[in-house]
Amino acid sequence: MVELGKYAGTVLLAYGVTILLVLGLVALSLVKGARVKRALEAQEKRMAKNG
Amino acid sequence: MSIWEYANPKKFMQTSAWALPWVTGLAVVTLIGALIWGFFFTPDDFRMGSTVKIIYIHVPAAIMATGTWFMMLATSLVWLIRRHHVSVLAAKAAAPIGMTMTLIGLFTGAIWGQPMWGTWWAWDPRLTAFLILFLFYLGYMALWEAIENPDTAADLTSVLCLVGSVFAVISRYAVLFWNQGLHQGSSLSMDQEEHVADVYAWPLWTAIIGFGLLFVSLVLIRTRTEIRSRRLRALEARERMA
Repeated sequence: MVELGKYAGTVLLAYGVTILLVLGLVALSLVKGARVKRALEAQEKRMAKNG
Repeated sequence: MSIWEYANPKKFMQTSAWALPWVTGLAVVTLIGALIWGFFFTPDDFRMGSTVKIIYIHVPAAIMATGTWFMMLATSLVWLIRRHHVSVLAAKAAAPIGMTMTLIGLFTGAIWGQPMWGTWWAWDPRLTAFLILFLFYLGYMALWEAIENPDTAADLTSVLCLVGSVFAVISRYAVLFWNQGLHQGSSLSMDQEEHVADVYAWPLWTAIIGFGLLFVSLVLIRTRTEIRSRRLRALEARERMA
């Protein structure tokens, strides 16, 4: 394990906040993408069925 | 083949579907590799101690914060001049990424500044410009949500983007414009006296490339979502009219 000395809390907090924000952004992008894709497919199917 | 072919949503969807797995895979490998390299395999700085490791997230995030706005400026200008929808949808898709990068830059800067400068925050030119840039990102995203007509929203957000570009430029070059404040000069300056040592510079460049690839990957994902969302709204409107 890397030795961070007296600034361990500072470094880990910076990395923790960054990882949390990046993962949050990625998750939101993927969830919204999947939701819109599903809704579009359903709409296209419905319109094809109804002519 | 002209670049304007990609302004066709169908062409953009086809090309991005092919490119996305490659860009995403490369982004994950580069970013994780760079952060492991920087975090575990670089020495502490003789003045900053282990806080020097924050450079591998703070600097790339700050570069992406202003870089994203410049990308939004370019795509907004394409919208205003040539009226290509994919272009302005890419700007809309990029805004939350830029906002997150600005937030990471502000947070990691504050966390680093507390032990190094003795304060979480100072009204330093670069810090203040970054805070204003963050507010511009919020305003840009809010404006998209506030206007119902998508073309009017695209027009107004593009104009806001032009205005905000002043602060993007100031954010990046504030330390050059005003030779004052706490923030140091560029970490990757060509000037050897300012430049960080190679042992830090190489993982830092790798992290910058990793953040850049992550940005491209997220912009592609989010632009594809915006294109689908626009088509969904159009189909719903057509169904209502029928």
